[in-house]
Amino acid sequence: MNESATVALSPETVLSEMKKNGVTHVVWLPDSETNWLYLLMKAEPSLRLVGVSREGHACSIAAGLWAGGAKPLVLIQNTGMMESGDSLRGWLLGLNVPVVLLVGYRGWTRHGVTQDTAATYTERFLMAFGINYYLVESDADAPRISIAFEEAERTKRPVVVLVGDEYHGFNR
Amino acid sequence: MIHTAEMLKAFAPYRENAVVVPGRGGRYWTELTTHPDLDAPLGDPAMGGQAGFALGLALARPDKKVILFDSEGDILMSLGMLVTIAEQQPANFYHFLIDNGCYATTGGQPVPNADNIAYDVIARGAGYPRAFAFSELTQFSAGLPDILNKPGPVFVAAKVVPEVENAPIGRRRRWQTRTRDQVIKDLRAELRIGE
Repeated sequence: MNESATVALSPETVLSEMKKNGVTHVVWLPDSETNWLYLLMKAEPSLRLVGVSREGHACSIAAGLWAGGAKPLVLIQNTGMMESGDSLRGWLLGLNVPVVLLVGYRGWTRHGVTQDTAATYTERFLMAFGINYYLVESDADAPRISIAFEEAERTKRPVVVLVGDEYHGFNR
Repeated sequence: MIHTAEMLKAFAPYRENAVVVPGRGGRYWTELTTHPDLDAPLGDPAMGGQAGFALGLALARPDKKVILFDSEGDILMSLGMLVTIAEQQPANFYHFLIDNGCYATTGGQPVPNADNIAYDVIARGAGYPRAFAFSELTQFSAGLPDILNKPGPVFVAAKVVPEVENAPIGRRRRWQTRTRDQVIKDLRAELRIGE
């Protein structure tokens, strides 16, 4: 049996979690593995896609969307999340924005041996900012996405979902 | 050149029930506004993000005009935001630029290429269907009704007189009358969010 077919996080599952949690806008910058999800989101009439050219822009846009009564989701890669530090601080943490960031975990390996410093610093970055996070690797983990949405609303803070399946499900 | 306070004073009669994000014009706008609960005078949560915040508001509330008074320092930090705004084409988005050519709050150092940049040209090149540039108050005031009566997104650059601050930050006048939390709470209540 093909292991990736059984453990993968499918884009359909991610889209289903977005719909279940009432997401209205996805503010995003393509990560290397999100094309299948992009095709699904583009075809979904309940979602509006807001593409950015630098991940930090997603923070202030998400803050404005929330302030105006919408429910944004930020979809970026860990590299861009780290680039967004000041925007995360000022626009999301600073304004108490309850938003979920779905972050592709580039370089992540279960065994911890990675050649990619993007993975090395991802969780350290989140801990430094005091942002809680959940790891999602497969469809079986998908309920954690809903947990993140609930936590964001309850704590009025951004919550991150790290997508550790970056090299399987999002790209099939 | 235009004084920022005069620019905002000229705009005020046309505000109607628009949401106003006054950006670095907040220090004057808080004294001019007649509808503070529809304002978002957030100061500077993180430089470069005012346009994104205003875009988010405009997308969330297409029934309301959203008026942004951005600064050239903020825009330069996030030029790509102009492309995102242009792609989204929010018809309710009015993007004004207060361009003093310098980083006034840090002592007046010029922004890069301050004397040779044309922000209206950049906005048009990014895809804004309408873009204007003004350096005189009379022309700015005369142009406002037409600018605001047509759909956005529109970009309006105004060259203003630098008002440089050199006093230590702790000794400067605090113009914010509400915390950021309170500003957002008031705005959301006024927009009847969460009812």
